[in-house]
Amino acid sequence: MTQRFIQGFRAVAEATALSRPQVLSAYPITPQTGIVEELAQMVADGTLKAEFVNVESEHSAASVVLGASATGVRVYTATTSQGLLLMNEVLYNIAGMRLPVVLTCVNRAVSAPINIWNDQQDSISVRDAGILQLYAENNQEGVDLLIQAYRIAEDHRILLPVMVCMDGYILPHAYEPVDIPSQEAVDSFLPAYDPLYRLDPDNPVSMGALAEPDKYLETRYMIHKAMESALKLIPQVAAQFQATFGRATGGLVESYRMEDAEVALVTMGSLAATLKETADELRAEGRKVGVVRLIAYRPFPAQELRRTLGKARRALVLEKAISLGSEGPLALEVKAAFHGLSPAPAIASCVAGLGGRDIPVETIKRLASQPSLASPEFVDLRADVELEGVER
Amino acid sequence: MSRNIRDVEKALDHTFASGHSACSGCGEALGARLVLRAAGKNVILTTATGCLEVFSANYPYSSWGVPWIHSLFENSAAVASGIEAALRVTGKLGKTKVIAQGGDGATADIGFGALSGMFDRGHDILYVCYDNEAYMNTGVQRSGLTPYDASTTTSPAGKEAWGNPRPKKDLPQIVVAHGVPYVATASVAYPHDLDRKVKKALSIHGPKYIQVHVPCPLGWRHDSALTIDIAELAVKTGLYPLVEFENGKLVAVRRIPKKVPVEEYLKPQGRFAHLFRSEEGRSQIEVIQVMADANIERYHLMARPETEVEPWSPTEA
Amino acid sequence: MKEIRIHARAGQGAITAALLLASAAFLEGKYSLAFPHFGAERTGAPMNAYARLSDAPIRLRTQVRRPDYVLVQDPTLIASQDVAEGLKDGGIIVVNSDHPRHDIRLKGKGQIFHVPAARIAQEELGRADRANAPLLGAFAAATGEVKLESLQKAVRSRFPGPAGEANARAIQRAYEFIKNHALVAEGDTR
Repeated sequence: MTQRFIQGFRAVAEATALSRPQVLSAYPITPQTGIVEELAQMVADGTLKAEFVNVESEHSAASVVLGASATGVRVYTATTSQGLLLMNEVLYNIAGMRLPVVLTCVNRAVSAPINIWNDQQDSISVRDAGILQLYAENNQEGVDLLIQAYRIAEDHRILLPVMVCMDGYILPHAYEPVDIPSQEAVDSFLPAYDPLYRLDPDNPVSMGALAEPDKYLETRYMIHKAMESALKLIPQVAAQFQATFGRATGGLVESYRMEDAEVALVTMGSLAATLKETADELRAEGRKVGVVRLIAYRPFPAQELRRTLGKARRALVLEKAISLGSEGPLALEVKAAFHGLSPAPAIASCVAGLGGRDIPVETIKRLASQPSLASPEFVDLRADVELEGVER
Repeated sequence: MSRNIRDVEKALDHTFASGHSACSGCGEALGARLVLRAAGKNVILTTATGCLEVFSANYPYSSWGVPWIHSLFENSAAVASGIEAALRVTGKLGKTKVIAQGGDGATADIGFGALSGMFDRGHDILYVCYDNEAYMNTGVQRSGLTPYDASTTTSPAGKEAWGNPRPKKDLPQIVVAHGVPYVATASVAYPHDLDRKVKKALSIHGPKYIQVHVPCPLGWRHDSALTIDIAELAVKTGLYPLVEFENGKLVAVRRIPKKVPVEEYLKPQGRFAHLFRSEEGRSQIEVIQVMADANIERYHLMARPETEVEPWSPTEA
Repeated sequence: MKEIRIHARAGQGAITAALLLASAAFLEGKYSLAFPHFGAERTGAPMNAYARLSDAPIRLRTQVRRPDYVLVQDPTLIASQDVAEGLKDGGIIVVNSDHPRHDIRLKGKGQIFHVPAARIAQEELGRADRANAPLLGAFAAATGEVKLESLQKAVRSRFPGPAGEANARAIQRAYEFIKNHALVAEGDTR
């Protein structure tokens, strides 16, 4: 294992190249652009033998990789925020056609107001598209999950798109040591894509036919069953990854100092790092605090969550998204996972870090000590900003 | 003249099987069969959402004897771009051709950005637009290629309206402006001409565009036995000029031996029936006649066969 | 873990400074992280870049609020910003300035160094707005957190050829400037 000091963009681009995609397509959007710029240069330099298709929109970027994947080659795209929303229609289509497209979502807030900084409202908004969603805590994991994503997506029991989510700016913009595996190791872990069906004149198939009411439900059921299969496969792929690369990355849920934890801090993505620091500090003060991090959000690892979280008295779900008019979507789902169970932790929904608002350790410490929270609790809501027409 | 359809049917092979659910007299189904016959079997097709996709592929049935994919309404050109890129990177492009298909709405309206992108990138793809001049799949709504005064459900004729208030978008010229090496219009009334154009297009490397006029008996409200007649009249009136551009230059037109008044084309179609009910309607027909005459003049459709075609470019218009 | 905050204007290369610093530490076998402030990136706008250096893997990715060290790449910001904000007790500030700075108010114990980084950059690189590399040389001398040679290696690797050499000279000169000059302000200036 040799680490290199590189930027997150570069790390993700190298991991992509190591996965040997044959068709890449993307549309520039901050803060994703760095990844595809790196890939475009690799193709221009001939170090990555692939077609890079410069498109006129994210809708077409997703459509291009859809068409290429249907033709039987491995593909990659990346986007964020508005770009992901523009892809949304195609993402449902890719999933419905059971195409193993892999993409990176560099998480960013959505407009209006326009804001280019990090939160996870974008990826959460495509929750129900039939895409597997994996969230990275750091750039190393962004690299490792991407390589695993192809294994998961292309498994004939799954055949669904996989999206690796990385918090914008916080991860891809940062420079840090990352271990980029060797091509030999990646090749041994990730075999060439073996499509079950593809567009081939020697063996013609029709893809994307109409399904009437007597058949549509069954297509949804099959995708759902594939998602369930992914719950079993994701940990297996993580284990195989560890066997090949000597690094434990991936799986469904990460549990940190949860053995005797009374309070659990639950999150996805890079915020977990802050929560772990917080847990360490609070434990130093004698409080039993642990962290549960969902790596997989789709499929939703409810069982794994119950196992890791079950003994906690209280769970604060800290998430960079909100289902406006309801609560944090992750919190809702964590609550649902414990529905009807006793004992179950008291679960609070904490909406934090929207639009790139920094979430310091002090904030989490204060939150963890607060006896009652609003539902949802808007973390660090500023008192000095006038909220026109709204009572606090 | 409906026997023309049967003549054509004899010549078709089974790359586009019968048994699909298109209406009788469907111009689009005929157009697709003709395009497919010309293209041969080493081809991959995309099709935008619309009548063609719905009537040809209803799971578990499919009419397509060649690899075929339908994704969405507006991305036929982009999906085809991905297929072309995949064929290119695997060394199969050239031997295997790519044809993107869409109706007029998918092509000129909702998929226009993707279409422009496909041309801009120079993909080796033939895009075929089956132009039946409205959103027929959803029940005859106006598209950018709906002709002037045609009554559709979203551009209905009424006390204050003569139907569609705008002339047909000149999509072939917009494609020409992209620098596309081959652009042609065609009609199901001229199957041999369409066959030749498809073959010619597929012999050219790079993006190609063919817009085929395909009458829709339901949407245009004409007798389903008259599909070919109506299509032929569109050409002979000058309302649907059959033209060919290579590298931006007009290289060929289908000449009109004897000009047919537009009235003969409009009359059998219910979508223009409101024009025949009043004197004011008659004056609208004159406006349409002016449009036809302008086409005839612009493309020299009435010039004698021995006359050389004048090169035409947008700057000279 | 040591945390560093850099004050500059967008376009002056502060992210590169953070990157070079973190990269030099990495070359010495340390763990390090460099990242920009997450805010508008209009060229000329005040901005921050951050670095964290540690002997253990670095998890934390929040913005640096309690820096051990502050680098002021653009001294015109001192009038409008509290560059000493959150500085840990005993912290060090290194300012790009031709003269000692008495306009920075320390809230606890600390040291303020000045280094004519812009002048050195002008002389070595022909560009006074490239004070980032020499400022790092001064940082190495003032704090001892990274070695001069590591910084030079990092800058040569980042900018191969004459640009890297010129930057390496600039780093060296700034390093020597601090080594040869007494610091300007020390102690509690509350």
